Order: sequence, then C-alpha cells, then structure tokens
Amino acid sequence: MMRREAGWYALLLPAFLLLSVFYVTPILQVLAISFLEPVPGFSNYERIGSNLSVQRVIVTTLRICCITTVLALLLGYALSYTITLASERARRWWLLCVLVPLWISVLVRAFAWVTLLRRQGLINQSLQGAGVISEPLELVWNEFGIIVGMVHYMVPYAVLPMLASMREIEPRLLAAARGMGASRGQVFARVFLPLSLPGVVAAGVLVFIFSLGFYITPAILGGGKTLMVAEWISLQILDLIRWGLGTMMATLLVVTILVTLAVFSRVVNMRRLFGGA
Amino acid sequence: MSAALELRGLAKRYGGFVAVEGADLAVERGSFLTLLGPSGSGKTTILMMIAGFTEPSAGRLLLDGQDITDLPPEKRAFGMVFQGYALFPHMSVAENIAFPLRVRGQGRAERDEKVRAALDLVQLTGFAERLPKQLSGGQQQRVALARALVFDPALLLLDEPLSALDKKLRAELQEELRALHRRVGRTFINVTHDQEEALSLSDEVAILNHGRIIQKGAPAVLYEQPRSRFVADFLGKSNFFHGAVGELGGGWLGVQVAGLRLLQAAEGSRPGLGVAVLLSLRPEKIALLGGEDTADNVVEGVISAWSYLGAGFSLVVQTALGVLRVHLPAWRAPFVPEIGAALRLGWAADAATIVDDDDAA
Repeated sequence: MMRREAGWYALLLPAFLLLSVFYVTPILQVLAISFLEPVPGFSNYERIGSNLSVQRVIVTTLRICCITTVLALLLGYALSYTITLASERARRWWLLCVLVPLWISVLVRAFAWVTLLRRQGLINQSLQGAGVISEPLELVWNEFGIIVGMVHYMVPYAVLPMLASMREIEPRLLAAARGMGASRGQVFARVFLPLSLPGVVAAGVLVFIFSLGFYITPAILGGGKTLMVAEWISLQILDLIRWGLGTMMATLLVVTILVTLAVFSRVVNMRRLFGGA
Repeated sequence: MSAALELRGLAKRYGGFVAVEGADLAVERGSFLTLLGPSGSGKTTILMMIAGFTEPSAGRLLLDGQDITDLPPEKRAFGMVFQGYALFPHMSVAENIAFPLRVRGQGRAERDEKVRAALDLVQLTGFAERLPKQLSGGQQQRVALARALVFDPALLLLDEPLSALDKKLRAELQEELRALHRRVGRTFINVTHDQEEALSLSDEVAILNHGRIIQKGAPAVLYEQPRSRFVADFLGKSNFFHGAVGELGGGWLGVQVAGLRLLQAAEGSRPGLGVAVLLSLRPEKIALLGGEDTADNVVEGVISAWSYLGAGFSLVVQTALGVLRVHLPAWRAPFVPEIGAALRLGWAADAATIVDDDDAA
C-alpha cells in the first residue's frame, strides 16, 4: 500500500523539481534581494511609508483595479444572466463570443483600443463629425484608457465563474417564486441574485487578483504617463537598476494576492474559481 | 356544488406533437382531484397550464367562472408543491414560508403570525430557523406544503409531491395530505403516476393516456367500473377475456370465450347477439372453490407460478380461458400453493365488467 502511494508521488517528482527550480527559487530570491539591496535591512519597505512615488503607484494600482473589478462584474453579470436564460442554441453562440477575446493576443487588443480611442481615432472623429464635441476627448494614455482595456480583457474571466454559479440555480426555484406571486423583479432580487452571489464573489476575487499584476495593457494604453505596479517594477529593475526597490514591490504584490485569496477562501469555495467545482 | 376550476377544450401542441388533446374537466370546490397517467400522458402539461407556466395552444381555463387563460402565473397565484419541492436553499424554513406573503407586501407582524400558523398546520413547530438542507425529505415536503398554503390560495397544485420519498414515508404522508385537505377545505389538484396514491388520496381521479382524459370519477367507481381496458389495466391488475355475446337474458349475457360460456351481468349497456366484447376480471374477485361449491362461472386450472405477498398469494393459473391471475387471501388459506397443483376457480356474474378495447399496444 505504502509502496504504491510512493509510486504515485514519484510521478509528481519531475513537475515538483521543475517548479522548485524555475518558480519557487526565483521568488525566494526576489524576497531575499528586497531585504539585501542596496544595504541589508528593511530600508526598501520603509519607502512605502516615506516615498511619494511608491505611494502613488500603489494607490493608482488599487484604484484602477477596484474600478476595473466593479465594471467587469457589472458587464459580466449582465452577460452571464443573459446566457443563463438563453436557449441551448443561443447559449453556445454567446459563449463563443465571450471566449473569442481570450484567444486574441493581449497586444493586438491593446493596440486595437489605441486606434479606436486616440485623438484621431474612430470614436473622436465620429463624435466630432456628429458635432457632439468640438475638441477631441482624451480617451487614451491615461487612467480611462487603461480601464477600458482592462475591463475588456477581464469580462470573460468575470463571466465564467458567475455563469457556473448561475447555471447551478434550479430553474424550478424561479418558476416556484413566480407561482407564489413574485414579479420578475422580485424573483431576481430575492431568489436569483442571492443564489448567484457566490459566483459574483469568486469572479470579483479572480478579476481583482488578475488586474493587480497587469503589465502590457496599462503599459500601452497608459502611454507611460499612468503607471501601475507591474510597469513600475519593470522600470525600477530594467531602467533604473534599483533591484531592491523593484523586488520589494514584487514581494508586496505577491503578499497582497495571497492575503486576498486567504480572506476570500473563507467566504467562497475557491475551487469554483479554478474550475474544480 | 359549483365548479371552482373548469377546463374547456384545453390543448397543448409542440409543433406536430400533441401533448394534451382538448381536455374538458370541471373540478368541484373543496375537492381533491388527481390527474393519473403514465409518463408522457400529458398530466403534468395540464397542471402547468393550470398554474400558468405553460401557455395552452387552444381552449379556456375558468376559475369561479372568470376566464384566467391569459393571466401570468404570479397573477393566478395558486399554491403549488413542485416535484423535488423547490425550497429556496438560501432561506430558512420560516423565510421560505413567508416568501409568498413578503412578495405581497404584507407586514412583519401579520407575516410572522401566518408563518407560525402554517408551521403548526404541517406539524413543524420549532423548525422555523432551520435551512432546507438540514431537514429530511418528509419535512421538506411539509415545508413546501406550508409555503403553498400560507397565502390562502384558491387552488393547491401538487406535482408528484410524494415521488421522491420512500414507500413507508409515502404512505404516512398520503394520510397526512388527506387530513390536511380535510382541515383546510381547499381545492387540491394532484398529479401522479402512482395508482395507489391516486386511489387513496382523491375524491376524484381523471385518468389520462396519450394526452386524453380517458375516464374521470370517484376512485371506487373507476376501479369497479372501468370503462376501458386501459383504465382497468392501469388502475390495479386485471384479467381480460375476448369473447362474443352468445345469449341474451334479463340483466345478463352469455359470453362465449374460448369455447366456454361465461355468465356475465349486464346492467347498463346491452350489446347485441354475436357482438365481440372484452371482459375485465380483477384477480381478487376470483374465489377458490371446494369440492361442493359452485359459482356463476367455474373454471378448472393448474398453478404454473405463485408468489407470497404477505397479505395474500398471487397465483398464475393455466385454464381453458388462458392464463388467469388470481389473488387469494393468505390468512387461513385452505391450501398450500404448489406448482402443478390443480384447482377449481369461480366468480360471480357481476364480478367482471365489460370494457372497451382501447389498448392497441
């Protein structure tokens, strides 16, 4: 019995070694560097309290991530609700439309938004042509542009957990509620919404965590003016060669993600998030 | 008695498929009606049309003479117990029962009072704060009943309410449901495929097959005077004999079956000489005859199979009429069944009934 189990564990060994060497070790190194450079001690972490640039990037990142999460959840909820109530045939088409963006490179999508949102882009030209505005709107290379791109990227990730949780709701419960005299609005507010909440929380955690580490979309749509954490880290390490500060922020990012997961795993079943439910 | 609910030519078609064909039915106020039929007979479709979840293709629905065909389900607001109960998993027992009152905007005090009364009604006092998943199947069933009755609906609709329960619990809840019906005095409409449940619960049973109501009546009438082969076969077991009328007497017929002459009482319909008839004979109406005994109809046979059912023996007997199923009480039975044993069987002229041969299958 013991020998057989040992055999199964042996099968895991290659993957375990690979992860240790190429994943865990570098992370531990990052952690170590954040305490060792430029001088050993907590000097890098003290900057969180003292350095304005560090504070600004943290606040900006949190703000963008919160707004993105809320918008992605709202759009995703409406989509999931529609898909749940759609016929079997229509549901397949809806799902395809939700999933297609996932297969398109994030770079392509970011540049597509740039062409749409820039001063001479489709949106500004149409609005000007229609006489709605006289001057082009600043739609890109700022926080607004970043949020548009990130919400677009995140909606599928918001839809999938919410859809899973909505499809677990028995249609009979909704019929029962209507049969007892509830209007459509009451059925939604008192039965559907509360029963879909676990999916909403799961989707929120997933989108928020994903957003925290976003790099390419903010880099392109922020135009270097609005910095989020990932771009800031890359700037510190690659351009300014301040390894200590960069790794400190990286560590902070990892810790934030782990704490968020730990807190919400008490509220919702995390296996739902990662497809195990 | 006036009809509380009336179905006039109610029909449902899905493309070319006819689920329900022109159902006419009047349900008396305060009565317990059961729609009984095999799966796919259209009984659930009729219930869903009454509840308003399924739109009829033709026909009208009248409640106390008012046309309700076009009302949405929430405007009809009939109490309904769904298959599998459909309790809200995120609400406590009390919140579940309060739901119909809450969506009607009733005040808290009034709501609490009614919920308490409903819990007492189904004997679940003290279970108010539990969640549905913390209850047994039978308890969940009672919560569903309380929730369906708490807002004093004109009608209570039950969709196979006992099908998820085991046999013993089902028998218990059948009695409770019957008692509940007497206590609240509402009109109940029940759907089931379980003939025992239909017989024991209902004031009236409507038997359905292939989307048609075949026969409607009190359980005893349906059982004793089935109009057709399908009804006789679906509601209990029956032996069937194909024969032809050979003699006509006053209130009786002589029917030729497989070279034998059977004496058959015929009160209502009187088929003419030579007409083909189908006789239906319940297994428990056949008696075992001793050496001296006689009966209107006597046949000899040999046991080819038997089983012991506790209350009785079920015998399969080879006779000149073909295979006969016989049900005899086991208590003080004057014989021990044995394969190959010969016996004499007899039944009275009014034991069998003449039925229509509607069972093409």
